[in-house]
Amino acid sequence: MEILHSGLLQRALLEVVVLGGACGALGVWLLHLREVYAAESLAHAMLPGLVLASLAGVPLLLGATGGVLAVAALIALAARDSRLGSEIAVGVVVTATFGLGAVLALAPDVPVGLDKLLFGDLLGAATADLLAAGALAVIVAVALLAGHRAMTLTVFDPVSAPSLGARPARVRLAVLALLAVAVVAAVLSLGNLLVFALLVAPAAAAMRIGRSVRAQVLLAAALGASAGVLGLVISAELDVAAGGAVALAAIALYLAAGLAGSSRSTARRRSIVEALGAER
Amino acid sequence: MTTVIETADLAAAYASGPPALSGVTFAADEGQAVAVLGPNGGGKTTLFRALLGEIAVVRGTITIGDATAYVPQTERSRLDFPVSALDVALMGAYARTRWYRRVTAADRASARAALERVGLADQARTRFGELSGGQRQRVLIARALVQDARVLLLDEPFGGVDHASEQAIMDTLDDLRADGRVLLIATHDVEQARRWDRVLCVRGEQIAYGAPADTLTNAVLEATYGPEIVMLDCGHRAVAIQHHHH
Repeated sequence: MEILHSGLLQRALLEVVVLGGACGALGVWLLHLREVYAAESLAHAMLPGLVLASLAGVPLLLGATGGVLAVAALIALAARDSRLGSEIAVGVVVTATFGLGAVLALAPDVPVGLDKLLFGDLLGAATADLLAAGALAVIVAVALLAGHRAMTLTVFDPVSAPSLGARPARVRLAVLALLAVAVVAAVLSLGNLLVFALLVAPAAAAMRIGRSVRAQVLLAAALGASAGVLGLVISAELDVAAGGAVALAAIALYLAAGLAGSSRSTARRRSIVEALGAER
Repeated sequence: MTTVIETADLAAAYASGPPALSGVTFAADEGQAVAVLGPNGGGKTTLFRALLGEIAVVRGTITIGDATAYVPQTERSRLDFPVSALDVALMGAYARTRWYRRVTAADRASARAALERVGLADQARTRFGELSGGQRQRVLIARALVQDARVLLLDEPFGGVDHASEQAIMDTLDDLRADGRVLLIATHDVEQARRWDRVLCVRGEQIAYGAPADTLTNAVLEATYGPEIVMLDCGHRAVAIQHHHH
């Protein structure tokens, strides 16, 4: 295939495999912790940060970081208003910042186009992007290994978690911080709208198949990387947008896993009946 | 008999709020089971959290001589989370496992032994969410054993389990008492409370503490449940009929 001979595509492949693997693995815990809404919000709400960085001529990575920090602070502030509640607060902040970002990005003197910010620029992956992706993968791997037991307690039994050695509030905060790092590292390549697909779809697929959390995390990493490769190849062969193709490939893998998972769950239902029978 | 757990005029509060429970004075010896009886929101969970050191003691004292474990209601855990019965029992070893180490072989052996003790050795590999309510409760008791707890705080251990499972849990609890462990059993069921060595009645404050026969009088039950209870006087003892509302 000619795709492997193009330097541009080789870099893009490496970038998307690393990002897909890291986002997929992290996604499993985001889904178990039910922080999907936070994932989507963070990704979308950093748009003004990106646009402002582009206007000011500073590295977009810096803008993404500033954008995430500003959004986190705004959400924390808005959630203090007890009349709102945290979900509505997030909704208000995200819509406001995304709208602001769109208005700013449509100004004529913004060097980077809105489409690149929203849908990413995989084929434009520079060395700095590759390094950011590699660093993210290492951070995610270390954090998920080190935090495995604390996250397990936080998800499975938050009421007893403190007496078993974990602090659920801190664990959640740490996972959200990790999410922010992931979104910042991935947003330039995958785009503001599409980074969410790689955080959620491979994880959701893996959770339908994997019988243990470890299996789910490894499977989600593999599916995330596969979705990246599949999407890139399709985009090169059919000459369609790379980010969109990757997102659609991730969703296709999720649907395939749904079919595989439903045939497994019939087998599982039988074992529940056996378990009930064993009790008598 | 050695006193294992003792409180004197205990009052506990959440954050900076007023005390959610006050005036609690009781003591339990080795091998004793104490029913903690009270309406929903009466302070049973508050007492447990104070004994675990999770909320502030604003007055009085707690003296506990041994490791204490909390055994939650099984519906409080996430049943769709992919962990086996053995995984759950092993969680009892997490607090003593450094984050960069694996759970030790000794702890694995102790988790298997604990499952065997509650009669679930053959279910070790079964997913927690696929067990029956009574079996799940026993797995959570096994987890407390892995924590090496001598004091077990059980939150409504008979909630939503059928008669056969109730008997299996009772057998497990009797086995633990014979071993000298102290059990505190939160319940809102008066009949359940009569089975244990002592009863502690709470409703925002301590109403009474003592042996069931002395404690569960009409006056104490009315003070504990207030208008939530209907008293039927059946000769020598009161029968309480409660309205359940959640």
